[in-house]
Amino acid sequence: MTTTSVNPNDGLQSPRSPFLSVSVTDPAKMGNGVQAYISYKVITKTNFPEYQGSEKIVIRRYSDFVWLYDRLFEKYKGNFIPPLPEKNTVEKFRFSAEFIEVRRQALDTFVNRVASHHQLQQSDDLRIFLEADEQTMERARSQDTGIFKKKQTDLMQIFRDVQSKVTDVVMGKEKPVEESNPEYEKLKRYIFELEDHVAEAQKHAYRLVKRHRELGQSLADFGKAIKLLGACEKDALGTAFTELGAKSEMLSIKLQRKAHHLLMNFEKPLKDYVRAVQSIKGTIAERANAFRQQCELAEQIKLKEIDLNKLRILRSERMLDAEHEYEELKAEGQEATKRFEAIALLMNEEIVRFQDQKTQDLGRAFHEFAKGQARLAHAIADAWRSLIPKLDSLSVS
Amino acid sequence: MMEFENQSLEDSDLHLSKTDMESLALNDDDNNNNGNNHSPSSRSNGAVNGTVNGSVNHPLSSSSLPFAEIPTTDDTDPLLTSSSPNQNLSSFNSVLEPPSYADAVFGSFDGKHINGAGATSYDYLKISVTDPVKEQDPVNSLVPGGNTYVTYLITTWTNIVEYSGTEFRVRRRFRDVVTLSDRLADSHRGYFIPLRPDKSVVESQVMQKQEFVEQRRVALEKYLRKLAAHPVIRKSEELRLFLQVQGKLPLMRTTDVASRMLDGAARLPKQLFGESVVCAAVDPSDVAQPAKGGRDLLRMFKELRQSVVNDWGGTKPPVLEEDKEFLEKRKKMQDFELELTNVSQQAEAFVKAQQDMGETLGQLGLTYVKLTKFETEEAVFNSQKVRAADMKNVATSAVKASRLFRELNAQTVRHLDKLHEYLGVILAMNNAYADRSNALLTVQTLLSELANLNSRIEKLEAAASKIFGGDRSRVRKIEELKETMRVTEEAKNCAVREYERIKENNKSELERLDKERHDDFFSMLKGFVVNQAGYAEKMASVWETVASETSGYAAKSS
Repeated sequence: MTTTSVNPNDGLQSPRSPFLSVSVTDPAKMGNGVQAYISYKVITKTNFPEYQGSEKIVIRRYSDFVWLYDRLFEKYKGNFIPPLPEKNTVEKFRFSAEFIEVRRQALDTFVNRVASHHQLQQSDDLRIFLEADEQTMERARSQDTGIFKKKQTDLMQIFRDVQSKVTDVVMGKEKPVEESNPEYEKLKRYIFELEDHVAEAQKHAYRLVKRHRELGQSLADFGKAIKLLGACEKDALGTAFTELGAKSEMLSIKLQRKAHHLLMNFEKPLKDYVRAVQSIKGTIAERANAFRQQCELAEQIKLKEIDLNKLRILRSERMLDAEHEYEELKAEGQEATKRFEAIALLMNEEIVRFQDQKTQDLGRAFHEFAKGQARLAHAIADAWRSLIPKLDSLSVS
Repeated sequence: MMEFENQSLEDSDLHLSKTDMESLALNDDDNNNNGNNHSPSSRSNGAVNGTVNGSVNHPLSSSSLPFAEIPTTDDTDPLLTSSSPNQNLSSFNSVLEPPSYADAVFGSFDGKHINGAGATSYDYLKISVTDPVKEQDPVNSLVPGGNTYVTYLITTWTNIVEYSGTEFRVRRRFRDVVTLSDRLADSHRGYFIPLRPDKSVVESQVMQKQEFVEQRRVALEKYLRKLAAHPVIRKSEELRLFLQVQGKLPLMRTTDVASRMLDGAARLPKQLFGESVVCAAVDPSDVAQPAKGGRDLLRMFKELRQSVVNDWGGTKPPVLEEDKEFLEKRKKMQDFELELTNVSQQAEAFVKAQQDMGETLGQLGLTYVKLTKFETEEAVFNSQKVRAADMKNVATSAVKASRLFRELNAQTVRHLDKLHEYLGVILAMNNAYADRSNALLTVQTLLSELANLNSRIEKLEAAASKIFGGDRSRVRKIEELKETMRVTEEAKNCAVREYERIKENNKSELERLDKERHDDFFSMLKGFVVNQAGYAEKMASVWETVASETSGYAAKSS
């Protein structure tokens, strides 16, 4: 599962070009009962100067990944942070092999995407995540949960606000603290609608996986029953039944395998898509936040200016302090504006990359899907066809 | 799933997909034509030609036809390829013509008996049931509008000599069918008589009237055709009367206790008081009928006692079922029935799973249609347009695959239906075996009677001989008993003859069943397998198109 990620700004494949390649492997169950969790081996190979060495292996658990995500989200406003697989607090307890494998792959994808993102890969938090020993990691993780718990609820509120603001704008109601950028509005609307569409596609993909499993199971049962029927009969008819039953059972296995293949190669990318869109919604919320801050500060500055002028006229001794405060506010305002504009700029870059990436991801998923379906169909056709001459010869014997 | 398809066709919003859907239809036809000319059919030709049913039936050589696109599906009559409004017309048309090629094709996979053509004979008896009409019984309705019933038009084409005619049309109601079935059961004991459709009183209240009537019409047609396919029953008087005679059905109705009481009142005293009544009135042929309720009470009691003696008594019953071969075969059939039931259930589950698969594929396709439209409308970047094109491919293929699954399933149902049918045949067989048991019981009962009478006579004779000059009353008693015994002896002989006759019927029917079973099941298996293979190939080609169109992405995968 190792993917070598090259710095996109560096097109040359020279051996001196900086690289950072990560893989998440070897899930292992740790602990007992309610406290049980899965640990993963994270292997890093790099020549980044900031990193300790060229190769490092650490043990991480799911909450460590969550920590990394939260830190990145906090620090890199405007960037679309690659999504994480869900918490799944209930299913976690069942820890089925499939669930673990699916999660491992998703985590691997996550880290790789971070490592190949030309801004995110510079993150210190990423370095800590990839290098720090377990104790440091644990300390870092537990320190932040307090802060981020609060953040989470804030975030939820922001989500709701953004959502309502979008619908308000769509409905034609203007709210004061809102960007009046038509292109951006279009983007927001697009993202929100996209989520519904993609979620639906993912739902049906998951159902399709289930259908394959069900069809496989029913074929197995049918095959077994027909074989029993064949045992009742003597001679040719009995043999025919038995052959058919065996074929059914064989095909049932193929179907089960196909179900797994579908899950990994078709449903997973769609799941990923959904999460990515949700992550973008988070970024939209951050942008709205930054915009609001900017506007609030602008308001405050205006008020301060009026205040200051008043004081100037009155030649009050508070005028110097007020001027001081005014300058401070103006600096803050500039900061806020810069922050907001940075986010907006980043978002524009990210959306292009996102669309490209998704076209690639989906294209690949579709290809795998179609290839898999075609292969399965051929296998089924061949299996049944091979039975025909046998049936013919048995029916006349 | 017609719903969502229609939706996508009619929903004017999906302007993008509407043309797609329409072009879909075109592509489908192309695919089908290609599919029929392509390797699937030629491969099956190669495998099949000149093997199984070499002779007149070349249905198997065109095994590509069964999995050709057939629009309406669940219809059990393969001759009807158009939708329901034209059903009546086309069924007439298709049956009026000489057996068409299509006829032979579908006929073979469903067994050769759909249209009553005997396997070896060239006489035919074709029946169709159509045109349900609600009628009112004018006589009995005290309540205006009450007591309505449905009659069906039964049309028969035949060249069987006994019918002296070629085409007949009569109107019959369901009650008449029940009568026919009961009379056949009486007169054809020992035969595997096809079971008539249920009375299903509850269903008739619950279902929509039209749906129920249609369901019943189909069931009646199936039943009559099965009767027409039975080598003995198709020549029966009862069936002929049913099919030919205009107006009221000239067969005796049954299970009406009141009429039977009136009917049998004359015979009641004899039955109730048994042997004390003058015996000449005993009609030996009565023993040829199984004991029925009402008038045969005493006989029933006696036979019941006998059967209890048989089962629980220590003494060996006078006549044993000795035919070991029969017992062996019956055991085998019981095993077969058990497994067949199981297979039939699994077949149902399999059909359901196929149906679900088709539905989900369709829904998936529809979702991608919507996504395609969305991305196309909202496209800001080129990558979105590319993605929209990809999604469109997937969408159309998924919808195609969904349709293929639906057709595949319809065909699968037709083939696997044979399993359900045979469960019915086994029930008919069990009935025939019950006839046999009943006849045997009658024989045993009479034998017991005879033994009983004999010992009583001996006792009386012994007692009478001790009295000098004889005992007038005893002597008279002895005479009466001897007379009874004579009649009973006759009855016993009659019963034995009947029993032997039924045994013969059982035997010949079993032979017939074995042969037919062999052929029917083979054609079912073959049909099922060919069907699955054919449709799988079609689906493979659908997906291969998408795979090749998206092959560019494969090269880029890490």
